[in-house]
Amino acid sequence: MANEVCLRTLDLERPWLLEQYQSRGGYEMLKKVLTEKTPPDQIIEEVKKSGLRGRGGAGFPTGLKWSFITRNAPGQKYVVCNSDEGEPGTFKDRDILRYNPHQLIEGMVLAGYAIGATRGYNYIRGEFWEPYERFEQALEEAREAGYLGENLLGSGFDFELHAHLGAGAYICGEETALLESIEGKKGQPRYKPPFPAHFGLYGCPTIINNTESLASIPMILEKGGEWFSDIGVKNSGGSKLFSISGNINNPGVFEIPMGTPFSQLLEMAGGMKDGRQIKAVIPGGSSAPVIPGDQMMELTMDYDAIAGAGSMLGSGAVVVLDDTNCMVKVLDRMSYFYHEESCGQCTPCREGTGWLYRVVHRIETGQGRQEDLDLLDDVAGKISGKTICALGDAAAMPVQGMLRHFRDEFQYHIDHKRCMVGAG
Amino acid sequence: MTDSTVTIEVDGRELQAKPGTMLIEVTDAAGITVPRFCYHKKLSISANCRMCLVEVEKVPKPLPACATPVTDGMKVFTRSPRALAAQKGTMEFLLINHPLDCPICDQGGECELQDVAMGYGSDVSRYAEGKRVVADKNIGPLIATDMTRCIHCTRCVRFGQEIAGIREMGATGRGEHMTIGTYIERSIDSELSGNIIDLCPVGALTSKPFRFSARAWELTQVEGIAPHDSVGSNINLHLRGNKVMRVHPRDNESLNESWISDRDRYSYEGLYADDRLTAPMIKKDGEWQETSWEMALEMAAAGLREIEADQIGALVSPSSTLEELYLAQKLMRGLGSNHIDSRLRQGDFRQDDAGSGISWLGMKVADLETLNSVLVVGGNLRKEQPILGHRLRKAALAGAGVNFLNPCSIELNYSAKQKVVGPAEIVDALAAVAKASGAKGEGATAELIQSASADDDAKAVAEALKKGGKAAVILGAMAQSHPDYALLVGLASAAAEATGAILSIVPVASNSVGAQLAGAVPTLEAGGKAAANSGLDMMKLLKMPRKGYLLMGVEPGLDFWDGALSVNALQSADTVVALTAYRSPQLESCADILLPMGVFAETAGTYVNGEGGWQSSRGVVKPQGQARPGWKILRVLGNLLDVEGFEYIDADQVKEELRALCNDDLPPNQGGNLSGKPARQLIGEGLLRGGDTPLYSIDPLVRRAAALQQTLDAGNPAVRLHPAEAEKLGLNGSDLALVKQNGYQANLPLQLDESLPEGCAWISTGLAETASLGQPFGEVTVEKA
Repeated sequence: MANEVCLRTLDLERPWLLEQYQSRGGYEMLKKVLTEKTPPDQIIEEVKKSGLRGRGGAGFPTGLKWSFITRNAPGQKYVVCNSDEGEPGTFKDRDILRYNPHQLIEGMVLAGYAIGATRGYNYIRGEFWEPYERFEQALEEAREAGYLGENLLGSGFDFELHAHLGAGAYICGEETALLESIEGKKGQPRYKPPFPAHFGLYGCPTIINNTESLASIPMILEKGGEWFSDIGVKNSGGSKLFSISGNINNPGVFEIPMGTPFSQLLEMAGGMKDGRQIKAVIPGGSSAPVIPGDQMMELTMDYDAIAGAGSMLGSGAVVVLDDTNCMVKVLDRMSYFYHEESCGQCTPCREGTGWLYRVVHRIETGQGRQEDLDLLDDVAGKISGKTICALGDAAAMPVQGMLRHFRDEFQYHIDHKRCMVGAG
Repeated sequence: MTDSTVTIEVDGRELQAKPGTMLIEVTDAAGITVPRFCYHKKLSISANCRMCLVEVEKVPKPLPACATPVTDGMKVFTRSPRALAAQKGTMEFLLINHPLDCPICDQGGECELQDVAMGYGSDVSRYAEGKRVVADKNIGPLIATDMTRCIHCTRCVRFGQEIAGIREMGATGRGEHMTIGTYIERSIDSELSGNIIDLCPVGALTSKPFRFSARAWELTQVEGIAPHDSVGSNINLHLRGNKVMRVHPRDNESLNESWISDRDRYSYEGLYADDRLTAPMIKKDGEWQETSWEMALEMAAAGLREIEADQIGALVSPSSTLEELYLAQKLMRGLGSNHIDSRLRQGDFRQDDAGSGISWLGMKVADLETLNSVLVVGGNLRKEQPILGHRLRKAALAGAGVNFLNPCSIELNYSAKQKVVGPAEIVDALAAVAKASGAKGEGATAELIQSASADDDAKAVAEALKKGGKAAVILGAMAQSHPDYALLVGLASAAAEATGAILSIVPVASNSVGAQLAGAVPTLEAGGKAAANSGLDMMKLLKMPRKGYLLMGVEPGLDFWDGALSVNALQSADTVVALTAYRSPQLESCADILLPMGVFAETAGTYVNGEGGWQSSRGVVKPQGQARPGWKILRVLGNLLDVEGFEYIDADQVKEELRALCNDDLPPNQGGNLSGKPARQLIGEGLLRGGDTPLYSIDPLVRRAAALQQTLDAGNPAVRLHPAEAEKLGLNGSDLALVKQNGYQANLPLQLDESLPEGCAWISTGLAETASLGQPFGEVTVEKA
């Protein structure tokens, strides 16, 4: 039951080529929809039925998001794909772009058909040069084959799709900052509401979905929403790509059903490196609060199970840490990231992320003070929920998670001015 | 709740509001304080400071009041423990990187951050790390920066984008490294730039001329009226003792909204120029001597008494107060002379005989932004009267079609169509529009219209005016200083009438309308009614020199249409009595008696703005030295010359006397009926001069405002030519050129400017370097110096 949706062509020799994709029935769904003129509502209904939730991290039901668009409203509408995969630990969309770009294209055209959009953009992370080239090549092929452009396959439906390469700012993965960036402006999140469905790209109704979400669409339509939903578990339909990394033998991307036990995923990834003890897992990208290893070994990989443990499934970026890791060092590194990537627009995040980093850093370097742990908790709480976008929360959550589960390690650092790990 | 209102509850108080209104507007209106930094009622919402977070029932997170629309039944808590915790949290974040050295900050004592910190900040900082330091920027002579103090509210950025219409400030960098600035070092050049000082909630942007000269608590705030343009912007003067330290805008939604132009903000510096006249002076054997008021006034009265009435002319500044203008004409007419004029930058007065009445804006200032279609003829509103420019920009942004017909291309901060023609051809181009509108015209204009050919441009403009809804034809300062102004008014009037547009004549100075109502023009008497006996207009008074002149608030050469002519005529007179705030070489070369007069804030007085609104202000500081308010000087002169009715005890009395003579409303502008053949005074044969009066050269006060004179908008004392024209004249590669006009000449720097039409040499007026030349539009030669 692996690699059934987005990575279903991975076993082919050069799966990114059009003919290879087509050899597995690629673009058949698009042809069917265009020839049969499937009612758009039916497509949206099917996506709703699939239980597909946004794979970028927030987990918002994709079908519901699409239904917010007033399909028949006059004027331009847009489909935007968020391939600005920048969360530390996440590298799953990169493999879709590299190995199955056509399925993403097909998914985006179908999305456009469903909401009545004739133009799409795929915003690709600035560092993804190779995936970007693969995707551009696929666009070229698709255009030539008549899957993109005007009057697709004689149906009267137009859809043009462009790739847009980012410039290296994590914040542009936030959907409204991404829209600003496409518009040529400084990548800063917009205050919501209005949401993109009403006021999106260039002020037009826009759906913006994660790469994996959009690439799942052709299979959902081909095999039915129910099929997809049944792959997973309740509230977590379908399969999901997990990018697993850390102190393991075989890091990589695995497409497995939602609800698969973490232990099984770890096994697929070759188990712990050097047979070491698992200490902790960050289950959904660096912003997800850390979960102690033993607790994690009991969990399944789905939204509810991970949330029940006080963290989140996020983008499915699983970082496994063994007992050689100092958690202060880990948090130091992550806090630096959020401090560096805050856009600077709103006060709590601009000022707070720097404060968090500096306090964590001084603990790490043996300058910690007794009051620092309470201070960290307090500052994180003052950022959380007070900002324009979720980056503030993303910066606060790892701090709160670490203090919840590994407070003693931080205290040790303050008391002894060195790591507990290896202190023996 | 009705259809148009919703009921919300804030801190237990029930409030009514329009649905969709932002919460902060509702709380502001109800007098409930919600702290804020980035929100400003006149700017777009950015919700970035997070200071206005409040608790809303059933919402898990605190919401920013500035960006939360009210909905029926909403229950809001602005001071609940959760709301206060959020607000105090933001406050702490804002302060961690903000210098806590208020005692050495120019904003200290009037700082929004400081004020709000009193309510929401803590007395001890928990932030023990080093604070962020940001390099200051040099953004020009008006605004000082202290960027370490910036809290990134982006009000200045949004002001540039939304109000000033040029994106001069922006945010570069990310996170903590974000800084506000111009990216590449350059000056902030908007004519409204100073407003970002008021908008800045901290001491990051402060007034350069004012900086570190006074503390807010040392200042007394008094109300005033800005004296430079026909808006009559409402201002607050900040005084320390007897000195005006700075000027701030005072909200008046119908005039200047929350803004003032830089001219109105910084011109107070001119009050303290080195060449203020502080004692009466008389010229004895060619030498200037100080004297007593008694002696000076006696001599002035004696000098004027000796001259027969018809040989006395008064030339008075249209920036004078209404009281001064009224008394000046009352004095003149009391002496038996109708020779008084205040239209000093106008050269064509033929429409006086055509019965054109009072010229004014023709509408309310605020109405400008409701126009749907506009034709501006010979005007650059943005750089003539910045607030009017701002209103017109608002109209354009709202979708109005704006057309310009000018002798030069102008820099705009919105999209509009510009037609640029030679100085003489502007008449033909306007005639073409009139023709395309289907106007017939009367007398002189009829012939012009008949012989015009309505090209596509003219047809498009006429069409736009006709079907545009609310439309206006606006005559700007360049049109009014055109030698064929009478024809332009006639044509504009005909086009306006045929298209149903309003005819608007932008009054060039702060009291141009007041001067007409006061009777300080030869054709109108007090009350703005046609004078029984017209006097000589400004040009006739100079071309047929009088034996005696009374000058008030003017500088020969700089304040006149034909600078050289004004100096020559005045020099040839027997007696020239000048009420003036300043000494200047040219004035001293013409005058015999200088009477020191208070200006601007130094005198009580009234200004009638472009829309006909009367606004009075008190004299809030004492005139310098022995200077006295103009109305008092005129009152004594009246007594000494035995003119009746000069027994006033205060300026109000003067105003009320005039008010009783005036109608409440101004009649629409009229083109008048010019009889006879259309005698074109400007014929487009050889090289023609074109000229404007630069923004900061309009009157003696602003010409002495030091900081303004260092800006880009300060006058450019050069002759500008199209490169092709320069080549034709053999001036390629020259830096200097010799300009000759009306037999006068000047050596001026030569600059090439592709935006000018060929056949035109652009030379601004109102500048010392060009004062020795003639009128702004006329024949001119430019040759190698």
